[in-house]
Amino acid sequence: MTNPITSRLQEFSASAQVALTPGGLPRIAPHSTETMARVLSLATEEGWSIRLEGRGTWCPPDAPADLVVSTEAMDRVIAVAPPDLVCTVEAGVSLASLTLALGDQGMWLPWDPPGLPDRSIGSIVATGATGALREGFGPLRDQLLGCTVVTGDGRILKPGGIVVKNVAGYDLTRIEAGAFGAFGVLTELNLRLRARPEIDRTHLATGERDDLTRGARDLVEAGIELAALELMSPVLGAHANWILAARILGPRDAVRGQAARLHDTTTLNWVETTEEQARALWVGAAHAALTGPVSIRLGVLIEGLDQTIDLLEERLDTELLSAGAGSGTIRWTGTASEESLLAVRRIAASREIPVTLERAPWDLRRTVGHFGAYREGVGGLVEKLRDVFDPSRVIQVALEGAGDEEPGD
Amino acid sequence: MTGLASELRTIVGDRAVKERPSELTVFRSDGLPTHEATPHLAVLPSTREQVVAIVQLLHRRGIPFVARGAGTGLSGGALAHEDAVLIVLTRLNRIKRIDPVARRAVVEPGVVNAKLGEAVAAHGLQYAPDPSSQAACTIGGNVAENAGGPHCLKYGTTTNHIVALEVVLPDGSQASFGSPHGEPWGPDLVGLFVGSEGMFGIATEITLRLVPLPRVVRTLLAAFSSIRAASEAVSDIIASGVVPAALEMMDGPCIRAVEESIYASGYPTDAAAVLLVELDGHPEGVAFEEQSVTDTLIRHGATEVRRAETATERERLWQGRKKAFGAMGRVTRDLIVQDAVVPRSSLPDVLDRIGVIAAEAELRVVNVFHAGDGNLHPNICYDRRNPEEVLRVRDASRAIMQACVDAGGSITGEHGVGSDKIGFMEMIFDADTLTAMCDVRRVFDPSGRANPGKVVPIHACREWRAGGVE
Repeated sequence: MTNPITSRLQEFSASAQVALTPGGLPRIAPHSTETMARVLSLATEEGWSIRLEGRGTWCPPDAPADLVVSTEAMDRVIAVAPPDLVCTVEAGVSLASLTLALGDQGMWLPWDPPGLPDRSIGSIVATGATGALREGFGPLRDQLLGCTVVTGDGRILKPGGIVVKNVAGYDLTRIEAGAFGAFGVLTELNLRLRARPEIDRTHLATGERDDLTRGARDLVEAGIELAALELMSPVLGAHANWILAARILGPRDAVRGQAARLHDTTTLNWVETTEEQARALWVGAAHAALTGPVSIRLGVLIEGLDQTIDLLEERLDTELLSAGAGSGTIRWTGTASEESLLAVRRIAASREIPVTLERAPWDLRRTVGHFGAYREGVGGLVEKLRDVFDPSRVIQVALEGAGDEEPGD
Repeated sequence: MTGLASELRTIVGDRAVKERPSELTVFRSDGLPTHEATPHLAVLPSTREQVVAIVQLLHRRGIPFVARGAGTGLSGGALAHEDAVLIVLTRLNRIKRIDPVARRAVVEPGVVNAKLGEAVAAHGLQYAPDPSSQAACTIGGNVAENAGGPHCLKYGTTTNHIVALEVVLPDGSQASFGSPHGEPWGPDLVGLFVGSEGMFGIATEITLRLVPLPRVVRTLLAAFSSIRAASEAVSDIIASGVVPAALEMMDGPCIRAVEESIYASGYPTDAAAVLLVELDGHPEGVAFEEQSVTDTLIRHGATEVRRAETATERERLWQGRKKAFGAMGRVTRDLIVQDAVVPRSSLPDVLDRIGVIAAEAELRVVNVFHAGDGNLHPNICYDRRNPEEVLRVRDASRAIMQACVDAGGSITGEHGVGSDKIGFMEMIFDADTLTAMCDVRRVFDPSGRANPGKVVPIHACREWRAGGVE
């Protein structure tokens, strides 16, 4: 028997290909922003709830919904402007294909988010997920110049622009980054790019965690410019011991000079990797976030790094853990119960450390929430912002945890 | 507003409420001379608690307010009309904490940008956003406007440096956005608040990110016989992968205005344009970049490339750029410092177009701007006493904005929309996007009392159109 939503969608748009998920849910992948807007408008009109997906490589496809809407068919690189180092892409473009397209023109997008290279740009932005390159290039919102977003009720908004400096109007683009889709469906993104560096080298030091964090602190204090400075647990780094990985980009002489500074600034025994080893390390670190059912990230400054890793060790484990020593982001992946995640979040909150649930099965997302309890005055504002961007709450997303004992305001 | 002044005096004391016309004159305009308004009164709190009490009082009485820092803004953004109270935040000027290891500082909104720079330099650190008014402008104003400056090319604008805010919302309630750690507690409300031009509330405590002072700084001056050649050099420098700390351009009229003033910096007066290029970082990187940039400048026909050999020489080269607006005071009675952004690659064509617009309007336009990020500042010389000329200035400003938008740019890169650019917002945003901005504003300020009438032209929003207001 045909699903009534499928019939309604096909009646409404002859060009829309409606499939069924293995669980029997109708699934549509619009090819344009306009079609996306029509689908969402219809969903609001009909009262359907929507599970939003990118290319389906990151979060488990398990949020309860009436309809699955994917951005995967919106996978065009719309425009690339090499002299301006900017591009416009559809949200379903994978990071791997964008990297390939930009590489041909001597450019790159300095993002290395957790997950597979096939992950969509829209998913990366919606989850606000940066990797080790955050050390050198900042949070991903710093590369986000503008976007096209379709609201839950089908309005098309185009905040920001395609220039690298712009203060016209309120910066609605920035709240889209890391909002997990709560503020609408991203369909196009304007991104700031970088010229590909001449040389890309990774140096490793291995040893006890304490020694490596001390070395990392020395490097941070000395102001050594690195593209990445990442502490990795033995399992994550596929090594017998903890690893501190320093990535240096730039012209040949500059990279050589910075490498020398690693040795001069710390007492660690640095070893330069081969290109192949470096690739395996960084790709492996990104992929590690998929090897457990739960992934969280914590914002921690260098002085709190050891203590926070101790907390994770005590409450969870430290098998799959990486930490940006300078950028202050710890990512943990593994198996965790609702109770242990809430306990970590509560203790971290008492130390003023935010914990974001990046990826988990729906039951955990629902009870723990991506963000949990908010700071003073924030919860009410977030709810009202959702009223602006998704007034009928058709997009299924659990920003706050239903089971958190510390209530939001 | 019966009794308002005395109620405010009970909060802040007698001397911190200004209501006599002579006391309010200083608040009548900001750095943009074309807009003027006089507030009902001005109040100068010196603590967060006083700000909260003032905003709560104004909320109870339904009175609009405008927050103001040093009043150096260039968009008529911090002007309050006679139905509103001006809350001047310059007395909240404490640097509360500097953490050199975590590279964070916590400041009150009235801290002057340059004072913060001096304080953190002692720790080998810098606060990177450096608007030209940094000797006077405040961090709170920088947050409201998402201020930029020459060194934002490499380091980013204010929004890239603010990690947490303590905010008083327009109903007098308080909220904490962001965290010192950089990861937010939820959606990025810091990013939304920065650049909201005082319409979402008042930031009373600002946590910002500091960066190390560079080990080496190299400053180059290149002269060109045409603006087009200089513009093309800019585009090529950026496309080559070098990200200078700053990449500034001044055209011939600007060079000559500077050289004829007390700020003379030794710029070649026969040049059609000069580029000021600053490179910073570690020694090997800067050496490589200097060679690469020099090659590019020469390839594009630079008639001279000069390098500052000492700190004094560097300061001298920068003096002309930083004091250019002051120097122009010699050549014109009034000056509008315009602000727009274009893709770098369209700089040559847009600058040509601006030249044509100026000629057609019989106006003198002088260009001094942040070329590296395509952030133009066409400065229009005029005499405000001549109403016919003022009209021509208005038309030329609109034509310049349209030329920038047509090239794929934006109507403001760092000065904000304020009162001045509100009429241009429809050039770049459609009715649905403007409506969403209005809706977001209402989330923070349902009664629309914080800095009313700025940024979003509500007549252009869909709900107004549907209602047939036009």
